[in-house]
Amino acid sequence: MAFMLGITPWPVASALLWIILIVSALYLARATAHKAIQAMARALHRGFRTASKAVARSQEDLAARNRDVLLAAGREAKERVIEREFDRINDTVRKDLGNYSALHRSLDESIKRIEDDHQQSVNVPPDPPGWVEAVKAIAKIDEREGRFGVGNILSDIHKSLVKAHKEAMTAYVSASKQRHQLLKGMRPDWREIQKTLSRVGKNVDSLLARSVTIDRLMQEYEDIVRGHDRAVSVLSSSSLVNFFVSALVLTVAIGGAAINFSLIARPMAEMVGGTSLIGGYRTADIAALVIIMVEISMGLFLMESLRITRLFPVIGALPDKVRVRMAVITFTILFLLASVEAGLAYMREVLLHDELATSALLRGDASATATNEYLWITTAAQMGMGFILPFALTFVAIPLETFVHSLRTVLGLIGIALLRFMSLLLRLLGNAALHIGALLEQLYDLPLFVPLWLEQKMGQSADGKGRHALSGEIR
Amino acid sequence: MRQLAVLMACAMLASCGQQGPRNTGVYMLLDTSGTYREELVKAEQIIRYTLSHLGETDTFAVARIDTGSFSEKDIIAKASFDDRPSAVNRQKRVFAQQIADFVESANSSPYTDISGGILQAVEYLNEKGTGNKTILIFSDLKEDLEEGYVRDFDLELHGFDVIALNVTKLRSDNIDPREYLTRLEEWQGRVEKAGGEWRVINDLDGLDGLL
Repeated sequence: MAFMLGITPWPVASALLWIILIVSALYLARATAHKAIQAMARALHRGFRTASKAVARSQEDLAARNRDVLLAAGREAKERVIEREFDRINDTVRKDLGNYSALHRSLDESIKRIEDDHQQSVNVPPDPPGWVEAVKAIAKIDEREGRFGVGNILSDIHKSLVKAHKEAMTAYVSASKQRHQLLKGMRPDWREIQKTLSRVGKNVDSLLARSVTIDRLMQEYEDIVRGHDRAVSVLSSSSLVNFFVSALVLTVAIGGAAINFSLIARPMAEMVGGTSLIGGYRTADIAALVIIMVEISMGLFLMESLRITRLFPVIGALPDKVRVRMAVITFTILFLLASVEAGLAYMREVLLHDELATSALLRGDASATATNEYLWITTAAQMGMGFILPFALTFVAIPLETFVHSLRTVLGLIGIALLRFMSLLLRLLGNAALHIGALLEQLYDLPLFVPLWLEQKMGQSADGKGRHALSGEIR
Repeated sequence: MRQLAVLMACAMLASCGQQGPRNTGVYMLLDTSGTYREELVKAEQIIRYTLSHLGETDTFAVARIDTGSFSEKDIIAKASFDDRPSAVNRQKRVFAQQIADFVESANSSPYTDISGGILQAVEYLNEKGTGNKTILIFSDLKEDLEEGYVRDFDLELHGFDVIALNVTKLRSDNIDPREYLTRLEEWQGRVEKAGGEWRVINDLDGLDGLL
């Protein structure tokens, strides 16, 4: 600084001289500097734009991939639902309509019986009275022979008629009674037919309802296969819902696992020692954790073997016989582990009381060692929890599968959002680079205001002279 | 990828490596000389408190200070606790019973060999190799050696906490308190010179910081 101010005997003059020199240099280099600034700004702008486009392309690729994943997952899920619906229809047809021939035969028999009974119960008209013909015949006899003993004969006829009438009435009543019996016997058949028909009607209704459901599912499936935007939107939304719901259920399951852990960690010290460490953690804690993890794994395998979940395609593809065997084995292991846990939970209670008794003894507090008569309740509760929790944890497989499947989509959505944000940011930076270039040009010109002003004045005067000259020439 | 795997393996091995013992060893010396024998009931309370604060794989021994304390015969009760909680509880109950029996039947000794007792404690705890080593001295710290016993040697107490408990004032201390203070200073100097940490706890209601 002293050197700079010492080029003349007067520092102010030196400073002025320096300013003039610097401004002159900057003025002379102005055009080049402006070009350099513009070049730099354009280069940055293009760089940022290119990067933004690249990120946008990546975002589009990711979105397409996410869409494919979503559609594939949706297709698979829909196939499973449709398959299940068909299974149900198959069950209905096999169970209820499979014995349709027997049902038909039963209906035929019932109807035949009814027809027979109906036939037999036809009302037989009583015989026409025979006395008319008899009276005519007797009258003819009397006319021919000129005898008049008709009265006596008619009286006899009357008697015999009354007798015949009585017999006919008795027979008629008996026949009517029989017919009524037959009609009465038809009632169960009617009811049977009614019941059978109503059952058939119900099954047919159920099949119709299922066919409507299948139609709807098939429509949705077709939308997914064709990749309609609406289907993607529905799947995306349902994937997010699945993600949050399964995350919630998994959190609950983690809570259950933590309780399970606290139940068995303490007594586990009796088996593996209370002080040994693996990687800074107590071996007893690690052993308890391993047991819980093994239980969860067995639960997963059990669910896979039962084809409730499909996390491991290898298990799902096993022959049915092997799969059933696997289910039995995993269930047995799970049962044994649950029994071990119940035992450990009991051991925990025993240890706790032993420790409390020892502490009370060391404190000299004899009353604290007295046993509680309701102690068995907590012991039983702990044992019950120790036995039930492993089986409850088995069902973690279902939300876990949903979580894993929906996680792919959710991560994809987050990635897309991040890439979109980055693309926007890079574009903004590109535009900002252009504006900053313009600003830098202005800032460069700021110290050059004097020469620029002079240049402008000179330019104006040159323009004025030019105009005067031009106007003189015109004149 | 390969480097990452090697790095992870190294980290796992390092975490599984030996980190040194973390257990605690406590050796308690009980002064049974003269009138101090009557204080043994308080000592029993301290022993119970110590027992309740020790856990799996810890070591605890209680020895009496008598004429010649540099001897295993003076150990009243000792236990290296198992690493199974149920076994530890059993050991603690047996230990407490042994101490109770001793307190009932202890005889007072004519001399007080504190130095010999400390030497025995150092040997015992070093042999057990515990991570933390604590020597509790339940005494008035007035050493009284029988003629012929040599105890003017340097102790090696690096890594040891030496805690004097219930350091009662003697009648002569009341006449000249400087004696008491000098006694305490001498023991502190001796312990600290030997590399140990020295503490005095006279208020037995405040044993929270004992271990």
